[in-house]
Amino acid sequence: MLELSHVTKHYAGTAALEDCDLNMASGETTVLIGPSGCGKSTILRLIIGLQLPDAGQIQFAGQPLEPAKLPALRQRMGYVLQDGGLFPHLSARGNVTLMAQHLGWASQRIDARVEELAELTHFPVDGLDRFPVQLSGGQQQRVSLMRALMLDPEVLLLDEPLGALDPMIRFELQNDLRDIFSRLNKTVVMVTHDLAEAAFFGDTIVLLRDGRIIQQGTLRQMLHAPADEFVTRFIHAQRAPLEAMEEHP
Amino acid sequence: MSEKTTVGKQAVMGLRLVLLLVISGCLLGAGNSPADQPTLVVGSKNFTEGVVLGELARALASTQSTAEHRQALGGTRLVFNALVSGEIDVYAEYTGTLTHEILAQQKPESREEIRDMLAESGLRMSESLGFRDNFALGMPKALAKRLGIRRVSDLRAHPELVVRFGTEFMERGDGWPGLRQHYGLPQQDVLGVEHDLAYRGMAAGDVELTDLYTTDAEIAYYDLFTLEDDLGYFPPYEALLLYRAELAQTHPAALRAMLGLEGAIDEAQMIAMNARVKLDGVQENVVAADFLRAELAVDVDAKATRRIDRFFRNTGQHLALVISSLTAAVLVAVPLGIAAARRPRLAQVILGVVGVAQTIPALALLVFMIPLFGIGAGPAVVALFFYSLLPIVRNTHTGLTGIPLPLRESAEALGLSSGARLRLIEAPLAAPSILAGIKTAAVINVGAATLGALIGAGGYGQPILTGIRLDDTSLILEGAVPAAVLAIGVQWLFEWAERAVIPAGIRTQKRA
Repeated sequence: MLELSHVTKHYAGTAALEDCDLNMASGETTVLIGPSGCGKSTILRLIIGLQLPDAGQIQFAGQPLEPAKLPALRQRMGYVLQDGGLFPHLSARGNVTLMAQHLGWASQRIDARVEELAELTHFPVDGLDRFPVQLSGGQQQRVSLMRALMLDPEVLLLDEPLGALDPMIRFELQNDLRDIFSRLNKTVVMVTHDLAEAAFFGDTIVLLRDGRIIQQGTLRQMLHAPADEFVTRFIHAQRAPLEAMEEHP
Repeated sequence: MSEKTTVGKQAVMGLRLVLLLVISGCLLGAGNSPADQPTLVVGSKNFTEGVVLGELARALASTQSTAEHRQALGGTRLVFNALVSGEIDVYAEYTGTLTHEILAQQKPESREEIRDMLAESGLRMSESLGFRDNFALGMPKALAKRLGIRRVSDLRAHPELVVRFGTEFMERGDGWPGLRQHYGLPQQDVLGVEHDLAYRGMAAGDVELTDLYTTDAEIAYYDLFTLEDDLGYFPPYEALLLYRAELAQTHPAALRAMLGLEGAIDEAQMIAMNARVKLDGVQENVVAADFLRAELAVDVDAKATRRIDRFFRNTGQHLALVISSLTAAVLVAVPLGIAAARRPRLAQVILGVVGVAQTIPALALLVFMIPLFGIGAGPAVVALFFYSLLPIVRNTHTGLTGIPLPLRESAEALGLSSGARLRLIEAPLAAPSILAGIKTAAVINVGAATLGALIGAGGYGQPILTGIRLDDTSLILEGAVPAAVLAIGVQWLFEWAERAVIPAGIRTQKRA
């Protein structure tokens, strides 16, 4: 579905991504993980076209991403940011339906879709007419997810979608999210720095460091056959959640 | 459609609108008569005698055709140029000013030469109106006696004198520069002030020497001593009418009526008329009508304008100046602010240029407009337009660049086009800042518009200027109070508009 080949991106001289090859299969969830500044968010930003690669090519459903095609291709992708990126001057409903209205959908179609998404994301219907500031952090992320899913995109890109939430809400939303991913059968690319979260969601986990892919596979592979010493250190640094998981495989 | 062409189109449309407004402003200022014969426009320089003579000419002309008087337009240069360009048809001038100021470079030696030179510009002059209003120097009688000063050459022994000249005398070739050279005068503390303020400064003891017009009513009123021009510097200043040659064809009867003033006014009568206006507070049109009735047996109707009528006229003119200049400024400045926000390199240029426009003093900006747009409401609107740009451009730029990056990127990631992002996301989010910029511009504009009266644009500045000229505080307040009230009203209006325009979600956020 998504394919990066030899992609390189530099910021002010330092490499954010160096000669990166990555293939994300259709209907699978790929989790990008690594320490801060490893380039994991850059991959999402390159896919959605907020930045252009310095070298290499990105393909979306077999087509190369080109600036001229971006507005159209972006409608086939949904993008969720850590703090939601909700527009404060629009209600929850206004945020969710913005693009559909811009594209001239009929109001019945819009209403039906919003109802469907509210049910899917467990968002209370009476909250739809509130403004983002009147919603809790968890609710804001649900709205952000609804907005990303509104046009029923093939690809869902999530940049630390749960990073700003407190643990209880985070746990609840994690379950809801995984449920949604499996029901919708979308190609999902998610960025996190939390190993437990990565293992919880990811069919494939991609570990990055300094703009390079260090290892790609399941958590179990990383644990038992680490590509190098950094993989082991990274996993051990986040040991506690790992142990909890071993008890309930 | 790329964002470049969108911004470009908006800018072009904005400019077109400005031009349209400016042109309509000029037309409004010029005034139109319903009759097929155009209105005869009398002008006057900004001192009382000039206005009285203008009223006399207007009253006489109005017995034969429609005539209006654009009072106290400005100094010699401005009014003469307005005559040459046809914005006015006639005004009262003096021979000395013609030979030593207006035609100083050609150095005419006889009246015939003056007539020939004026004819080249399509102008004519009348015979003398019957009196001279010479320049002279004057000081308080008691001071002159104490220092033993009788003649101008006596001033050489008193370099410490505090000298305040009327602005015009200060700069004219036949004024202070020539006088100082001719007599070798040593005074250092010499400044230009508004002529009437010099008199008041003299009464208060702050000013020791000033320039006088020999028909000024104040010479007797303030008990001043007129210094003898012992080295014969000042030329004679015979009063006369200067008019456009084509009046003989377009308004022959009105011209004949006005020329009835030739030889009709003697010096004592002129001083008396000046005194009635300046010391007794009688309006110029009433003084002129009384004179015409008594001396020329011409009956013209002259009612003192009622305060309330004046108030409504000034309010209308002031609002027209503010609304047209502000509307034009919004239409140009908002697109400029958007362009600046989208192109950081362009931003430096745009903000730099409008910033410079703001640093030009409002008064100077008004004067710069005169050669381009003449006098009246047109140039005032253009000057106010330039003056209103900076707050709006800057706040539009700040409002747009201040939108948090995640929000801008979210809008882009949704797949919205550049234009849709601006309309649906960026403009509403920047609205509070843009509106605050417009509010600032509007409040500044209301104040600066009072200066428009200096170039004949009318408005609340008119009673303020007349009040200064006549030393009439109630007239000054008649302009100053409504201008202040209007500024406060504009502030309220915008605060109400904020509630109506700014999206509820942002207001909620502010409270939180």
